[in-house]
Amino acid sequence: MISGYLITILITIVIYAILAHSLNIITGRAGQISLGHAAFFGIGAYTAAMLYTKAGFPFWMDVPLAALVAGIVGAILGIPCLRVRDDFLAITTMGINFVVEAIFLYAPFFGGAMGIGGINLPNWLGREMTKPEYFVLILVVLVLLLLLDRKLDRSWIGLAWASIREDEQAAATMGVDIVRFKVLAFILGSAIAGLAGGFYAHFLTFIMPQNFGFGQSIVILCMVVFGGIGTRWGPILGAIILGVLPEISRPIMEYRTLIYGVLLLAMMRFQPGGLLGSESILPKFFNERLVSRRARSDS
Amino acid sequence: MILLEVMALSKEFDGLRALDGVSFSAEGGKILGIIGPNGAGKTTLFNLVSGIYSPTSGEINFQGKSILRLKPHQISRLGIGRTFQIVRPFSNLDVEMNVLVAIGHRFYPSLWESSGPFRQPEILEEVERFIDRAGLRSYAKQLAKNLPLGIKKRVEIARALALKPRLLLLDEPSAGLRFEESTQLMDLIRQVRDQDIGILLIEHNMQVVMDLCERIVVLDHGSKIAEGSPEEIRSNPQVIQAYLGKET
Repeated sequence: MISGYLITILITIVIYAILAHSLNIITGRAGQISLGHAAFFGIGAYTAAMLYTKAGFPFWMDVPLAALVAGIVGAILGIPCLRVRDDFLAITTMGINFVVEAIFLYAPFFGGAMGIGGINLPNWLGREMTKPEYFVLILVVLVLLLLLDRKLDRSWIGLAWASIREDEQAAATMGVDIVRFKVLAFILGSAIAGLAGGFYAHFLTFIMPQNFGFGQSIVILCMVVFGGIGTRWGPILGAIILGVLPEISRPIMEYRTLIYGVLLLAMMRFQPGGLLGSESILPKFFNERLVSRRARSDS
Repeated sequence: MILLEVMALSKEFDGLRALDGVSFSAEGGKILGIIGPNGAGKTTLFNLVSGIYSPTSGEINFQGKSILRLKPHQISRLGIGRTFQIVRPFSNLDVEMNVLVAIGHRFYPSLWESSGPFRQPEILEEVERFIDRAGLRSYAKQLAKNLPLGIKKRVEIARALALKPRLLLLDEPSAGLRFEESTQLMDLIRQVRDQDIGILLIEHNMQVVMDLCERIVVLDHGSKIAEGSPEEIRSNPQVIQAYLGKET
């Protein structure tokens, strides 16, 4: 039997993996920097929590609706983001995060600083789901999202995103509708972050505005950058490593933000592509081993 | 047949007139040279025709219809391809993907169609044809950023041709190239013209301009100061003055 502690870590990692994956769609695939991704995570969590506790919606309805609401807000907030690029986009998205967090904090409707409690794990088979079952459920969702990611990466949409990431103006002169494909990335990334928020609320059973602040956005960004921005597995690997790290030793937990910050700096300096980036150590190492092994078996 | 009609086109940047009432027209299957000293407004003209800037006043018609209010992606879908003065291939994509981005112009308008895979046999065959046409066969799988300048310029042309354009805007294709590279590129440009595609060519190398172009438009300080055949331009006193300065 898996211990309750271990299953808690596993569930947290899968939620972070979904989150990191969702940011990777906006920042990795379409090349649009976002420093406010936790806002959409929060919008999802609060939507699910409000629908569940106030309106009596079941888990199976409030979580999809959380994704929908986060996606719609992502589209609306994505529009002002279309007018700005690079550093201005970074500041705009950061501002969005502060505004959203402040609304959760100061509007009594959202429970203020006390947050919202009494959100339970979903029911199925006439009883409450166990934590291992919940883990399997969100793991299945993550796998489905990664399959969708693979489909998109091989589609014209993926190609359009790649061209926007490389050179917006040149992409436009190749017939790529910049606005449409950027908004699509914002909608999809925000909706998936909202989905993660719904899962998070039902798992923690209690949410507060602080869970969705700027610091959280940076944690998500760290996972994406550390693992390998724009790759399929990089953000997942980042979520696993940075999710497990604070759990294996208390000192790391205490200096979490410090360690994340140093890691981010070190990655930018030595491995800007992240652990799984195309020109990074890990893929090179494995490729060389593969090649040398093949050479040996040939001889 | 007249493909592009530019009428009294002006563009101001913060009160500075980069282009001032320029008019001319371009035909299919012909190369129209655009020359003039630095800062004459040549690239501004290209950015106006391709929709990157919108003009302060004037009119641009393509195949008889105004394209003034269209966005760059709409203009490129109508059949106006371009290259850039400082090459801008998609650096981290290979040559094949660079061409694929342009082939996608047929799929991007529909969200449903653009969710389909781009690696389909008939699409890849088409890509190969464009790559071969531009003489890029041996570079197909290489990242654009690792290619020499001359090849990058070919990638830009291959990409623009994949739009199946009626009009191609080439911004200083021979700049920075060695003599042989430039000669080969000029052959490619002639081949493109022979497929009935109209070409606007910005070029500083006079040899190239005089060899390639049927007609030439000369810009200076944003205004058109002359238009005519290469012979007429060569002997035009105003042109000589713009290039060499006034005798005192």
